[in-house]
Amino acid sequence: MSEYNSMEMMICVAARFMEDGCSAVVGTGAPCAAGMLAQKTTSPNMLILFEAGGVAPLLPTMPVSVGDSRTTWKALMASSMTETMSLTARGMVDYAFLGGAQIDKYGNLNSTMIGNDYRHPKVRLPGSGGANDLASNCWRVMVITPHEKRRFVEKVDFITSPGYLEGRSSRDDSGLPADTGTYKIVTNLAVMGFDNPERQMEIETLSPGVTVEEVQENTGFELLIKSDVHETEPPSKETLRILREEVDPHKYIIGR
Amino acid sequence: MKVYFEGEGELFTNPDPDIARKHFRKKNKTLVDKRMKIEDAIGKFVKDGEYIAIGGFGGVRVPTALMHEILRQGKKELGLSGHTATHDFQILAAGECFNRCDIAYIIGLEARGISSNARKYMESGKVKTTEWTNAGMAWRFKAAALGIPFLLGRQSLGSDGIKWSASKVIECPYTSKKYATFPALYPDVALIHVHEADKYGNATIRGVSIADHDLARAAKHVVISCERIVDTEEFRNDPHKVMIPYFCVDAVCEIPHGCYPGNMPFEYFSDEDHLKEWLTVERDPEKFKAFLDKNIFSCKNFNEYLEKNGGLDKMQELRKKEFLEE
Repeated sequence: MSEYNSMEMMICVAARFMEDGCSAVVGTGAPCAAGMLAQKTTSPNMLILFEAGGVAPLLPTMPVSVGDSRTTWKALMASSMTETMSLTARGMVDYAFLGGAQIDKYGNLNSTMIGNDYRHPKVRLPGSGGANDLASNCWRVMVITPHEKRRFVEKVDFITSPGYLEGRSSRDDSGLPADTGTYKIVTNLAVMGFDNPERQMEIETLSPGVTVEEVQENTGFELLIKSDVHETEPPSKETLRILREEVDPHKYIIGR
Repeated sequence: MKVYFEGEGELFTNPDPDIARKHFRKKNKTLVDKRMKIEDAIGKFVKDGEYIAIGGFGGVRVPTALMHEILRQGKKELGLSGHTATHDFQILAAGECFNRCDIAYIIGLEARGISSNARKYMESGKVKTTEWTNAGMAWRFKAAALGIPFLLGRQSLGSDGIKWSASKVIECPYTSKKYATFPALYPDVALIHVHEADKYGNATIRGVSIADHDLARAAKHVVISCERIVDTEEFRNDPHKVMIPYFCVDAVCEIPHGCYPGNMPFEYFSDEDHLKEWLTVERDPEKFKAFLDKNIFSCKNFNEYLEKNGGLDKMQELRKKEFLEE
């Protein structure tokens, strides 16, 4: 078995979910690394998009902004935010990678504010940016995040980006496009999904050496547990080599 | 038409296309020389209390030189479109130039971190806010550019953001499905930095255009800053290069490196060290005041700011970085 840190593990696991030929809007940081890794491993024909307008770049290095020059390096189109967002609205985008200060049991994400009064936030956060748009209109949302109790809360203070709202059919009832929603949550401890009628977060696989109890202890609500819960397959030597040598040689992301 | 829900956020601008039509009717459609000094352009077209929108993407192709001038002229009580706003927002928050803001993305500088001063300003209660999303704001500029009062989208549905927006959820008359409305946004002024413009205001943008195509058409006044003034023949020989046509534009200011410390695609990369310095120095109010005095208020113009931060040597270094020539 190879040695790897939890960031490397999360990136490798997330990349594995990208089937060949899929399309994804990625951000900076771990999502971008996962997209680049997927392109070099499981999904060589993946279409990578950046929300500010970069289409199919041959990323030479990690971007610092989702609109910077790297996102159009040898790209097939330098378009606009209006263009990429309209791609998501007309169903052309399979995956979006999102994060947030809080996530709840229905996969809703908060990146707007901490507190219980919008007009008087305890802490103001940046807001939706494109996150709500991507969570609303892409087919599947992926989340890569550290597994912390303060982050995994029963109910987010503010639903910036919709998951399954209040569970069951509430997402569909709100008018959001059918068959969309939060797909997988990849953390240092586990991979979780929502493949149940309640649309609640459910442990699917556990990182090597991690127990269900440990995941539960680091989560602020009760998790469902899939009947066939098993160990997450660790990253292969070759995948780690590609990640370290080709995707992030300066360790901008995996060195965190 | 059935209305299921109405957000309680304030609409800071009037979405009625007929009001905009009256204004656009009067815009000059002849080819006149619009070159002017930055001081004059900001003095003439940015008035206290008006609603402004900034082109680019926060730290990419932003009109830094124009914004510094807004601070130097002490513009106040502006309305602001907080669309993809990062370093631009940080600058305008430092000057406490605005008191109302349509929010899609504010106070952060993406992966670089949060502007503590901008966060403090937004938590101070001095700024009225209405909540939107990046696509929502892009749709609002698009609606204005199309001369219609709103567009529809499914972004925002079901979220808490829509409660604090000025969207309404309506039943589509064709599909009977729910859609959110995004009311047209006609800013009083748009400030947009471009690669090249001629003296009449025809402008070309290289790299991603974000929402600037529509923003330039939605705004009642447009101030363009550009890396270079070029001859109109360049556009006459290659008309597809014009992203913003002259009749949208009111002022053209030539200011090389006018987006520094931001990234100008195909020209120079962002000065990450200087952006980091901004973020760090903000945590100490006294140091921050001295920093702003040095870099903005005491500068007679933008070139002095560039000089203080490395001048041409730095610009050449950032140009190499842009083309990955380390």
